[in-house]
Amino acid sequence: MKPFDYQRAERLEHAGQLVADSGAMAIAGGTNLLDLMKLQVETPATLVDLGALPLDTIAEADGGLRIGALVTNTLTAADARIRGEYPLLARAILAGATQQLRNKATTGGNLCQRTRCYYFTNIDQPCNKRDPGSGCGAIKGIARLHAILGTSDQCIATYPGDMAVAMCALDATVEIAGGDGSTRSVPVRDFHLLPGDTPQRENVLEDGDIITAVLLPPPVSGQQIYRKVRERSSYAFAMCSVAAIVDQADGTITRADLAFGGLAHKPWHDPRIGELLVGAKPSLTLFDKAADLLLENAQGYGENDYKIPLARRALAAALCDATGLTA
Amino acid sequence: MPISINHQPYDLPDDPRVSLLDFIRHDAGQSGTKKGCDHGQCGACTVLVNGVRINSCLSLAVMHDGDEVTTIEGLGTIDQPSALQKAFLEHDGFQCGYCTPGQICSATALIEEIRAGWPSDATGDVEQAPKLTDEEIRERMSGNLCRCGAYPNIIAAIREVAETEL
Ligand SMILES: Cc1cc2nc3c(=O)[nH]c(=O)nc-3n(C[C@H](O)[C@H](O)[C@H](O)COP(=O)(O)OP(=O)(O)OC[C@H]3O[C@@H](n4cnc5c(N)ncnc54)[C@H](O)[C@@H]3O)c2cc1C
Ligand code: SF4
Ligand code: FES
Ligand code: FES
Repeated sequence: MKPFDYQRAERLEHAGQLVADSGAMAIAGGTNLLDLMKLQVETPATLVDLGALPLDTIAEADGGLRIGALVTNTLTAADARIRGEYPLLARAILAGATQQLRNKATTGGNLCQRTRCYYFTNIDQPCNKRDPGSGCGAIKGIARLHAILGTSDQCIATYPGDMAVAMCALDATVEIAGGDGSTRSVPVRDFHLLPGDTPQRENVLEDGDIITAVLLPPPVSGQQIYRKVRERSSYAFAMCSVAAIVDQADGTITRADLAFGGLAHKPWHDPRIGELLVGAKPSLTLFDKAADLLLENAQGYGENDYKIPLARRALAAALCDATGLTA
Repeated sequence: MPISINHQPYDLPDDPRVSLLDFIRHDAGQSGTKKGCDHGQCGACTVLVNGVRINSCLSLAVMHDGDEVTTIEGLGTIDQPSALQKAFLEHDGFQCGYCTPGQICSATALIEEIRAGWPSDATGDVEQAPKLTDEEIRERMSGNLCRCGAYPNIIAAIREVAETEL
């Protein structure tokens, strides 16, 4: 690890000022940032510890819930209100990492976790995300976990997290405090960015920005499913995951909010899928048409070609679970 | 405030780079806690911080001002082993023993987590309180790898203690 200064922020405004300094980075649970600092992928001059800020509670807000940025993944998934009204979120969190990691991982840190691309984490390899302009090792390289949707010729990495995929389906909002004292809200669906020509930018945060909370809208009725496909049954990142909230009345779908993980540089949400499903009767043919929309512009890079049929089947399986249709 | 390791106070390190794991092993000289991967992938470094299990390799010592850290040395002694330490011996819950301090710290916390009703990926219906099944134990212990493959005996040891304590 490169040497750095360590500062503990006592108040939010203080944290914003400290993080706005060039070379400064916020640290919450540390489970992603310290890993990357050991690999010298991240070399902050100053670490600003957010741990003392009062952002560690889950409170009722506007009919929904406001989950503080420092609430651990464990406490979010164990919260009775989340388990009762937003089981999708509890399931997605519990499908990720391990108990030890979730005990430290925070709402804010989880949203901002970096890609697990092997070239990104190895400083001897070319990577446009870590070192803009150096090339992309994964295109034509080891790309087993990489994206099939929304890629660019600069970067084909995925956003690896689970929690944000559920938040994307739930249409949650990220609350951000700017270094200048301002606050703003950004839907989770718009928080992460596609790689385009700037793969080094993974989300909308600017220097000095601190995530303060995630707001869940009021609960909705319907089945909530999180289906994660991984290479072993625990402790592995998603090859593909599907978050689905589906409601029905008289055999017809009345709500279908879906989001996908492991397929793109961001949790993937395509509003056309919900539009297709709502008003229709569940059937395998319908689910296949939904997959056609999802995968319309999908592109494989060799090793990850398997994700195209996998995503189709995972989508059908999640919708069967959610609607009670048996294949 | 200092950091407390098994009820002994230590001053925080001057160099913020020191991981909690290195601090426990080197600065505090308590070498029971092991370093496997140093990247959060194996669980050998698992300790309890204020009763909660974490990977000490992915935390900085300076972030634990005022915290109470419990390591394998703090759970029991050779003369007075904890129930889990005894059960690991009785069930042969190890071969080389390298992963064992982390396994036992994890298992100690696991029993409290089930008592508190925290769900896991194996719980199925997350609205319900978890039950003490082998599937639950396996899922909750998935962050502790054992290269010797002592898993069946580790599960047996944990099941026995959890059944009596819960
Ligand atoms: C072995 C392993 C397996 C894992 N498996 C999974 C998995 O299956 N699924 C999954 O989803 N995740 C998985 N993870 C990732 C884990 O979920 C993340 O490491 C964790 O959520 C990060 O949270 P943190 O609080 O520790 O973040 P930190 O490491 O503290 O920070 C991460 C980033 O977020 C920034 N940040 C933190 N808080 C804020 C804030 N409030 N405002 C602005 N920026 C902030 C930091 O500056 C940093 O850039 C795994 C991790 C490991 C090590
Ligand atoms: S896919 Fe993205 S993160 Fe991976 S090597 Fe290419 S540019 Fe880097
Ligand atoms: S040494 Fe910490 S998890 Fe492997
Ligand atoms: S006993 Fe050898 S690694 Fe577990």
